Order: sequence, then C-alpha cells, then structure tokens
Amino acid sequence: MTTDETADVVVVGGGPAGLAAAIALRGQGVARVVVLEREAQAGGVPRHSAHLGYGMRDMHRIMAGPAYAAAMRTRAEQAGVDIRTATTATDWTGATSLQTVNRHGMSNIHARAVVLATGVRERPRAALLVPGDRGGGVFTTGSLQQLTTIHHGQPGTRAVIVGAQHVSFSAVLTLQHAACRTVAMVTPLTRHQTYAPLRLLTAGRHRVPIITGCTVEAIHGRDHVRAVTLSNGRRIDCDTVVFTGDWIPDHELARRGDIVIDDTHRGPAIDTAFRTNRVGVFAIGNMVHPAETADVCALDGRHAATAVRQWLEHPAWPTTRVRLIAEAPVAWVAPSRLGEPGTAPGGRITLRVDRLTPSRTVAVTQGTTTLWWGRPRGRLVPNRSITIPGAWLVDADPGGADIIVSLQP
Amino acid sequence: MPEPDDLPYDVVVIGAGVVGCAVARLLSHQHLRVALLDAAPDVGSGTSKANTAILHTGFDATPGSLESRLVSRGYELLSDYAPTVGIAIERTGAALVAWDDEQAAALPGLAAKAGANGYHAASVVDAATVYELEPHLGTGVAAGMLVPDEHIIDPWGTPLAFAREALANGVSWLPNRHVTKLERQFDTTVIESSDGATVRTRCVVNAAGLHSDEVHALFGLAGFTIRPRRGELIVFDKLARPLLQRTLLPVPTGHTKGVLVAPTVFGNVMLGPTADDIDDRTATGSTRAGIDALLAKGRRILPALIREEVTAVYAGLRAATEHSDYQITHDREFRYVCLGGIRSTGLTASMAIAEEALALVAACGLEVIPKAAGSIRSTQVTNLGEAFERPYQVGASGDIVCHCERVTHDEIVAACTEQPPATTFDGIRRRTRALAGRCQGFYCSAAVCSIAAESSGRPMSDWMGAP
Repeated sequence: MTTDETADVVVVGGGPAGLAAAIALRGQGVARVVVLEREAQAGGVPRHSAHLGYGMRDMHRIMAGPAYAAAMRTRAEQAGVDIRTATTATDWTGATSLQTVNRHGMSNIHARAVVLATGVRERPRAALLVPGDRGGGVFTTGSLQQLTTIHHGQPGTRAVIVGAQHVSFSAVLTLQHAACRTVAMVTPLTRHQTYAPLRLLTAGRHRVPIITGCTVEAIHGRDHVRAVTLSNGRRIDCDTVVFTGDWIPDHELARRGDIVIDDTHRGPAIDTAFRTNRVGVFAIGNMVHPAETADVCALDGRHAATAVRQWLEHPAWPTTRVRLIAEAPVAWVAPSRLGEPGTAPGGRITLRVDRLTPSRTVAVTQGTTTLWWGRPRGRLVPNRSITIPGAWLVDADPGGADIIVSLQP
Repeated sequence: MPEPDDLPYDVVVIGAGVVGCAVARLLSHQHLRVALLDAAPDVGSGTSKANTAILHTGFDATPGSLESRLVSRGYELLSDYAPTVGIAIERTGAALVAWDDEQAAALPGLAAKAGANGYHAASVVDAATVYELEPHLGTGVAAGMLVPDEHIIDPWGTPLAFAREALANGVSWLPNRHVTKLERQFDTTVIESSDGATVRTRCVVNAAGLHSDEVHALFGLAGFTIRPRRGELIVFDKLARPLLQRTLLPVPTGHTKGVLVAPTVFGNVMLGPTADDIDDRTATGSTRAGIDALLAKGRRILPALIREEVTAVYAGLRAATEHSDYQITHDREFRYVCLGGIRSTGLTASMAIAEEALALVAACGLEVIPKAAGSIRSTQVTNLGEAFERPYQVGASGDIVCHCERVTHDEIVAACTEQPPATTFDGIRRRTRALAGRCQGFYCSAAVCSIAAESSGRPMSDWMGAP
C-alpha cells in the first residue's frame, strides 16, 4: 500500500549539507521541512570519522566527527526539522515529488522544492580498475572508518594507503587508532597533497614513507591481501589496503531525474543559486564539489536555504544557463552554471586542478572579455580546492558564450 | 552432518557447483541416501559464481553433440523451474552483431546451424534494424542476427536453489572437504579428504568442475585433462543498464564465443569474457592486459558504456578440456559417473545433465525409485532480479542495509541462517546482492559484517576476513 504526503521542502540526505540547509530553512520560516536519510542515524560521514577537525568554519570550534554529527542532529531537532531515518528516496514521481521506501514499504512525498544532498563516496578498488586477486582486507576510507568507529571491528596490522591527500592522512589516523601500522602511502603525483602540518602530525610523526610517482598495479592474495605490487615493480607485504579520496558523487537519484551531470566531477551541474536544470530541484554539498570538509558543506546548506526560500516565494526558474568551463589543468569549477542573481554562494567560486603546476594565476574569460584575473590564496595542488572571488559574475553576459576558467603562465 | 562410517551413502556428489547441486537435487527426489561434498565452504563458489549468466538456447552449439542436446533440454527444464523457486530470468533475447562484411556473411550459416540445433527463431537482419533495436551501438555495424530466446538468468540463485531443495529433501551437505583419495573397498568407494575425514558410498558422481580430471584420475582413469580458460569480466554500474535492451554477442570464432556485452538480472551491464588458456587452476585474479583489452572492445561495441563507473572486475575459470564436447561417462564396475568438461553452458544445461547423471547412476546398478511427488519438499530463494519485486519494495523485511543494491536486514540474516548458510562475505553477496553494488561496501560492509556476526554467532573478524 502506498501512502501520500506533502511537505514544503524535501532534503535528500541528512549529512552536514542537508541538515544545515534544513535548519536554515526552518530558521527562515519555512514550515514543513523533511530530511530523508537512508542510514539509521543522520549526520553523514562525520559520524564515523573519529578524529578532530570538524566544525571550524560553521560552528567556530574544533570537534571530532561524531560529536559534530550529534551537534548537527540536535540543532536540527531543535529547529523542528522532520528527519526520517532509514528512509531511502528511490525515484521521482513528479517534478518535485519522490518515491520513498522504508521498513514499512513505499510512500510518496510531494514537495514544492527538493534539495539533493546525497554526498560522495570514494571509488572502490574495482572502479579504479586495479587488477589482481579479490581477497579480503581491501577498504576505502569510508568502509574502514565505519568498521572501526561504528562497529568496533579490527583491520589488519600492515596497511598500504593509496592516495596522499587530506582523507588519506585521515585514514592513517584511523588505522593508527586501530593499532594497524601504515607501511606506505602511494600517490601517482610527485608530492603529497595535504597541508604540511597535517602531514607532519600524521604520517611524519609515525614515519610513514610516502612513495610518489607510483600506482598500485596489482593486489595479491586470494582469500586475504598478502601484498601489493607497485608500478615501479616494488612489492610491499601488507594485509590491508585502503583506497582513499577518489571521489564520485552519489548521483543516482539526480540522474534518474534527468538532471544534467557535470562531465568533470560527475555531480549535478548547478548554478550560482544551487539550482539544477530540473525546476524546483537544488543540489548542495559534496555532490557538487567532491569533496570538501564538512563545515564547507554545512555553509553550502545555509547559503542554499536562502535560494530555496526565494524560489518558494517567487517561483521563477532560469531557462538558459551559461556554462563555466574548466580548462585543463583546471579539473572542475563549482558552481558550473551562471544563474541569476549573478552572485556566487558566499561570494566565491571553487576550483581544483588535476596536476601539479607552476602556474599561480587564474583567469576567467567570456569571449574576448576577461572577467577576472588574479592569484588566489593557497596552493594549486590536486585534490585540494581553492576559491576565487565571484564578484565578477555580475559583469558576465547571461546570454553570452561559455565562461572559461583557466590558468595563466 | 557426517554419517557414521558403517552406513554408506548410496551416492556422493563431489562438487557443489551448479551441476553438482542440480544432480543432488534430482537425486534427492529418489529413495537414495545422498551427500553433496565440496572442497569449499559454500555451494556455487567456484566456476559457477563467475560466468556470463546467459540462459543459452544452444543456437551456436555443435549440432549433434551431447552439449547441444543437453543445453536445449536444460533450457526447457530451467525455464520452467526458475519461476517456481524464485530464480530470476529476464527475457531479453540477444543479438549477434557483425562488424564487417566477412562477419555479416557468416550470419546465414549461423542461422542454419541454429536450425540444425533445433532452434528456429533466429533471424538475420540488416544494420538499420540493429541500430533501431540498439541505438547505443558503436558505428560500423554491418548486420545482425536476432536470437529472441537467448535470455539472462541469476547465476547465483540457481545453484543455491538446487542445493537448498536437495538439503530440504534429505541430502547431507559436507563442505570444506578437499578429496585426496578414492579407494574401492568391496562394493563401496571410500572418499578421503584432506582433513582426514572419510565417507563411504556405493556410487560417486564427479561434478568437480575445474578439478574433475583430478577426481577422475583418483580412480586411475584417464581420458581428459582440464585446461582452465580464464575469462575476465567487467561489471558496469546500474546507470549503464538503459544503454542496451538485449545481450550483444559477437560473431563467434572457433576458440570462444567472444566478448559480449550483456545486461545482468541484477540490473547491471557486463562486458567480457576474455579467453586465456592458463595452467594455474587458482588464477582467478584479473590482469591489466585483460582489463585493457575488454575496455577497448567495449568502447567499440557500446561507446557510452565506458563512461560509466565500473562496479566490479573479476575472473572466472571455465573447465575446458582438449575435447570440444562434455565428457559425461560412467564406469559400472567402479559405480562411478563422470560429469567432466562442462563449460560455460553448464548453467543452462545443469538440470539436463542431472537427468543424464540419474540415468547413469541407475546404469551403475543402483536401484532408483522415485519418491511420491507429494512427499518432495519445495524451497524458495530470494528473488535477486531487478525486474521483479524485491523484499525492500514489499516492506516488513527490516531496514535497508545495503543501499546500492537495496538489501534489507532480514535478507542478510536469512543468508547466514538458511541452509546451506553463507559463511563468507562472498556467500552473503551471492544470496542477497549485498556488497555487490557500486560502492563495494563503502557504506554497508561494516553493517553487513555486524549483522552476519550476530546472526551466525561467529565473530566479526571471521566475516571481515581479517588475519
């Protein structure tokens, strides 16, 4: 039996972005805000990331992941957000209507706006096409952290970590906490991609060698991992392999709804007001910028709430959207569509590069017009975002050519 | 449950792949004392778990061969049986795609061959028709041949359904027994396994798949040698499923059926298999060369497929021999039935091979008396087919635990408790689809592990495979 109900806004995904959006929507006076969360508890990835580093930009204090997730849940409950846990949005039944399923069966929920905040996952070993045996002991940071933090399970004793970006060092901490030694970190790039202090606090402190310019070419061990072979021919004995940080947005529901996916990062292509091409449907959080820290996602949620409320009050949706094109070595830019009003969320545009580059200068051009040109703060390093100001958006031609974001020598 | 040594079984089936399980099921319908024995801890965990999951019409078999006859008969039997027990069959049909004039010229001959195999529904069509049916095909299609009854089937549920029914009808399940010795003592055979245990039986059925020649040799017999043929397969994300309506087959060569692109009943798309003749019977790892070769072929057949995410890469070993046909024989003196050289068509032919085995068991001198139809218990497996109703859609099966495949809590518990129970992650995957999805456990592996530990009474570390 299918039941039907209505809401003002349905948020799909109860992680930092989704909860922050829901809290802010309630704060702006939107009456019925429902969050659909497929896990048994809302809070998202921070729930199983036990180390410190959460809450800096949004809560202005430093917390561990589980405490941050708990604080978000408490705020949402206090704000009167209706959180439906263990409930999955399976499909669209109308422009802004969704089919949901939980242990009691199916229902439909009809809203005036839908906010997608379904997050990202790490590409597992298979998606990365790493050959070899399929023995146990191969993780992603996500599965590793759930095992140790939520289910108190034990990984092995000698781990190889694939990747050397922020999340990879987070995996080092998780393993260390579980008394598993990281015997090597492997990255195809020529250096690690995290901040020097974080590297020193984790891998440096525990003398973890970072093997650069290398990939894992094969995994050995039929029943359980025994070793890996690197692309330089070196064999490393290990009983645990953790693939870290190759992010892919969880875009299934978006694609089922014919929402345009950005070819660069594979998340929904949103405009400067978090709007997708589907009328009444917004997308926020790490699914539109894979992947940032939880506090950045939460700020997304807050900014998006204003755009959603404006839509509820004045239902107008842009029909044409100028694209922001990332030109190599820029890997992606978010948002990647120009929408009215022509201001960026939080006033800034986020971008990443796909390789190490000597260039420090970013240029934004539309046709022959240079809209912005400058040196952003922070290093241009793969797997790390930088932002540039978005004030130039008001000067862009909303009916004009593609806007190109590139690096200048 | 091992029987006491002084009470021999009537029949012991060595090997619990899809063929051995089908044989055990049919034997369980007779007044016989039967055991199903395997070196592995679970049924269907060797070659049977890693095939292309196609329900073959046998259109391209060698006319007049045993394989042709058994595939054709097996197709009928399995098509009738599957829906009664919950094995998903999706009636997709297939299309042979010719990519040049030479291949196109071979199609009428293949249609005639299909006719000689008793299959008359194949039809040769022009390129325009092929593109109309499969608009996502790459450029360069020259012609095609439609095989409307070449369907797809759940390869995991099939051996499980056979085994479950066999066990429900009194067959003993003897896992973890790697057979090391077969010794004739008077009118029985003593089967010794590496753990030191022995089983006595009046008749042995060899369904040991990749190791069937080794079991054969334990009787001192010769006649065939298994030369494993490794097939690597790539499974693509469910979001790729709309790219094709039916299985896309290449025009076959002498060596193999070639690389195909097929939908799976689980809602994914499969690309493969490669065909490497190798010596190592345990080499089920994938290789860089194999993956690269498949991607190159896939890019030509269905270009849009390669842009989708890969869900799984695996390799299966086909039990090829130096002979082109199945090696089904019996030895009346040893009371021994050999079901060797069953290649990738074995899934389709399994129930017909079981009929053949039953007749040979009788030919070995065992008295085969069927049980009364009313006394045979039927069992069910969970439908794993995406095209049919699954437990999460019905409700009352607990929370969804595996989100990619939408597997509920109660399904995981059932996988770990119903006979024969799953003993590994892989066993849970084959019974439920849990962990078989796009995230490969990013979200749910720890939760699945925790439920498995609780419902089986075995520690978490057993399930994680931690050292």
